[in-house]
Amino acid sequence: MAVPLAFFGLFFAYPVAAIVGRGLKTDAGWQFGRIGEVLARPDIAGVLWFTTWQAFASTGLTLLIALPGAYAFARFDFPGKGLLRAVVTVPFVLPTVVVGTAFLALVGRNGLLDELWGIRLDTTVWAILLAHVFFNYAVVVRTVGGLWAQLDPRQEEAARVLGAGRFAAWRRVTLPALAPAVAAAALMVFLFTFSSFGVVQILGGPSYSTLEVEVYRQTAQLLDLPTAAVLTMVQFVAMGLVLAVHARTVRRRETALRLVDPGRTAHRPHGPGERVLLGGVLLTVALLIVLPLGVLVERSLDAPGGYGLGFYRALEEAGSGTFLVPPLESIGNSLEYALAATAIALVIGGLAAGALTRRAGRFVRGFDALLMLPLGVSAVTVGFGFLITLDEPPLDLRTSWILVPLAQALVGVPFVVRTMLPVLRAVDGRLREAAAVLGASPWRAWREVDLPLVRRALLIAAGFAFAVSLGEFGATVFIARPDRPTLPVAVARLLGRAGEMNYGQAMALSTILMLVCAVSLLVLERLRPDETSGEF
Amino acid sequence: MSTTKKFAGALLVTALGVTTLGACGDGKDKPAAGASGAPKSKTVTLVSHDSFAVSEPVLKEFEQQSGYTVKVLKSGDAGAALNQEILTKGSPRGDVFFGVDNTLLSRALDNGIFTPYEAKGLAEVKPEFVLDEKHRVTPVDSGDICVNYDKQYFADKKLTPPQTLDDLIKPEYKNLLVTENAATSSPGLGFLLASVGKYGDAGWKDYWSKLKANGVEVVDGWEQAYNERFSGSAGGKKAKGDRPLVVSYASSPPVEVLYGEPQPAEAPTGVSTGTCFRQVEFAGLLKGAKNEAGGKALLDFLVSKKFQEDMPLQMFVNPVVKDAKLPELFTKHGVVIDKPENVAPDTIAKNREQWVKAWSSLVVK
Repeated sequence: MAVPLAFFGLFFAYPVAAIVGRGLKTDAGWQFGRIGEVLARPDIAGVLWFTTWQAFASTGLTLLIALPGAYAFARFDFPGKGLLRAVVTVPFVLPTVVVGTAFLALVGRNGLLDELWGIRLDTTVWAILLAHVFFNYAVVVRTVGGLWAQLDPRQEEAARVLGAGRFAAWRRVTLPALAPAVAAAALMVFLFTFSSFGVVQILGGPSYSTLEVEVYRQTAQLLDLPTAAVLTMVQFVAMGLVLAVHARTVRRRETALRLVDPGRTAHRPHGPGERVLLGGVLLTVALLIVLPLGVLVERSLDAPGGYGLGFYRALEEAGSGTFLVPPLESIGNSLEYALAATAIALVIGGLAAGALTRRAGRFVRGFDALLMLPLGVSAVTVGFGFLITLDEPPLDLRTSWILVPLAQALVGVPFVVRTMLPVLRAVDGRLREAAAVLGASPWRAWREVDLPLVRRALLIAAGFAFAVSLGEFGATVFIARPDRPTLPVAVARLLGRAGEMNYGQAMALSTILMLVCAVSLLVLERLRPDETSGEF
Repeated sequence: MSTTKKFAGALLVTALGVTTLGACGDGKDKPAAGASGAPKSKTVTLVSHDSFAVSEPVLKEFEQQSGYTVKVLKSGDAGAALNQEILTKGSPRGDVFFGVDNTLLSRALDNGIFTPYEAKGLAEVKPEFVLDEKHRVTPVDSGDICVNYDKQYFADKKLTPPQTLDDLIKPEYKNLLVTENAATSSPGLGFLLASVGKYGDAGWKDYWSKLKANGVEVVDGWEQAYNERFSGSAGGKKAKGDRPLVVSYASSPPVEVLYGEPQPAEAPTGVSTGTCFRQVEFAGLLKGAKNEAGGKALLDFLVSKKFQEDMPLQMFVNPVVKDAKLPELFTKHGVVIDKPENVAPDTIAKNREQWVKAWSSLVVK
């Protein structure tokens, strides 16, 4: 626990506290009066209200749409399942500017819906909510589906044999077992939508603003640090509330579960009910996720003089001075940064999850909450905090490349913790005790008992951390070096210029980012070795 | 617990291995940064925003002549980059900062982040751009924020494109203009300042009420306005943008030509010359710079003819020195703005916040 604590202290708590302190402390001492002043402003109150209700609405809608998907991915076998699971995670890594563009092509003016039925959702709240579903679908499918696939269906069958109806069996047996994972997913979606930045900026137009947008504006544009500090504290308080509620509802329900090999729980859909369910899920995924992504691919190929790879070929040239290296090299940069960030996130997150499983008490719960904080705190706050704190040797890291993976890992760790905790807690401690009684060393017991059971969760967590790192933009843009831009940074630079070649290359590079993400996730899933039976 | 620790230890070693490996591949520019104990640093660091660009041969030539290696750090948009310098005042990340413009100049000067230095070659800079007589900042480039129009649209409709701010509120141009949020985007702010320059502190709100009544659309950033909503740009065409008027730059039409594939004979877009606000960008030597001598050499370089003539095709801005030649692309497809609107930097500093607030509640809400 010491390592994750030190990591968070040094790379999160200290920089954020410093920047908040800078905002609230003047020569005349602490200015806590500012808090009341800022909160009393009607525009700030409006931002708070909008931030909160849209986050609730987005979370509800995401669960509603994605839970059937989680079930289908967990329990049904169908061709292309692995590929599709990678595809639904792709939105997660794309720069929001690009996703906003793709989404507008669907629901915006002259978009597909507009042309077919005259429905336009741009600048309405619906566009924001749907885009949030689009972004967070994978969070639910992966977090909930990951556990669902490992639940032993025979328990539910046993309940039915004993006379329970289909629904009652599900409600009594499966739902309680799933609850922690559902709660974890809901929590993450809530935190993501509560701190939504790009989606709200692009699809909401200037009339909708979240706390995150406001913090960015106050810090990066106006340099009004006192207001930004107050808003950051509001974010903390809101997250504290959410985490407290979460802790109350989840902790009671966590029990040791019988986990089995996911390969054994999935089957081909049989019967009309299951086929309709699967069909519905596939249709939703096609409309909501594949279609907007398809628009991007289409635009990247729509080169002058007919469809072709012209924009892709242009990516190999260093061209003008915007890039000191060909944009294509940003793929290598992104992969290196993301690998480093994933490694850091797995170490820190794995240690933290381990500590959280084995210990209880108020202190540990506080630690649990601390790990979630980076999800709800503005990247600009962290970035500016880095600048004013990590500026002295031996920690003058402000111009070091390691800052990029460090910042990316901050966002990856909560995923690792949240994905691993339900599974770790579900491991029956008696198995470990039995191993110890039979003479296994603690390390051996861990390797033989825990590891086979958590391996899958570990890979899912690694996938998340990797995807988050690939797509991270807010903090990276502040610290990435110009000769080593990441993919999202390179896309943003191309989009920042007029001209057909720049726009086309931005689309091509986004498509590549999409592919890199999908392929990486597929490889990661393949890494899962065949379950060597006999361990339990 | 101890098992977890062991496992974590193994992972940590792996992680460090990965990171060290990365550091090795990365090592080529490390020695210079680490050699702070050396009597004279050979590296000079330029801190700037994302739009900074220079062509490689020009930079190489400076490096060969001066003996310094240039390291460039870009961070975010112009406002964010400047604010980072203000926050790290006294312990800067580099030696020279480039990218403070006249809308933000007072903030930079009031915070005292620059050491005065009169660059060699400043005499060649047109006097109207030298806005700080103490030479804490050196003018490097200028550019104009102007309404651009879609030539095709106006030709098809047999309508004359609007030329002035007054034209934009006429009924024949209803629902045609898209602009950026003045609170979050620098062209958006520039366009607001153009109206302030033209109609004064008393009249600009009235102008914007009329503009709003005439159907101006506001989006958050330049990328959306230009690549999504504007019908004249390459991106806007694909995205089926339907606004033939957009707030962009006077240099946008040449850029459309340069990055056209194949390059068109004539720019697809034009500039409404009576709608412009002039931006001037400055560079300055940072207080506490580790390599002052190198920083000074770099400032000299930024106003040298070599750099000034390279700049237009790299950053799509205009040179500030008297006899710098413009590339053919600019003379052929660009326009010269004779009478841009202007507002003094300290007037902007005093009122910007209040203007933007008033603008937001008038136009956005």
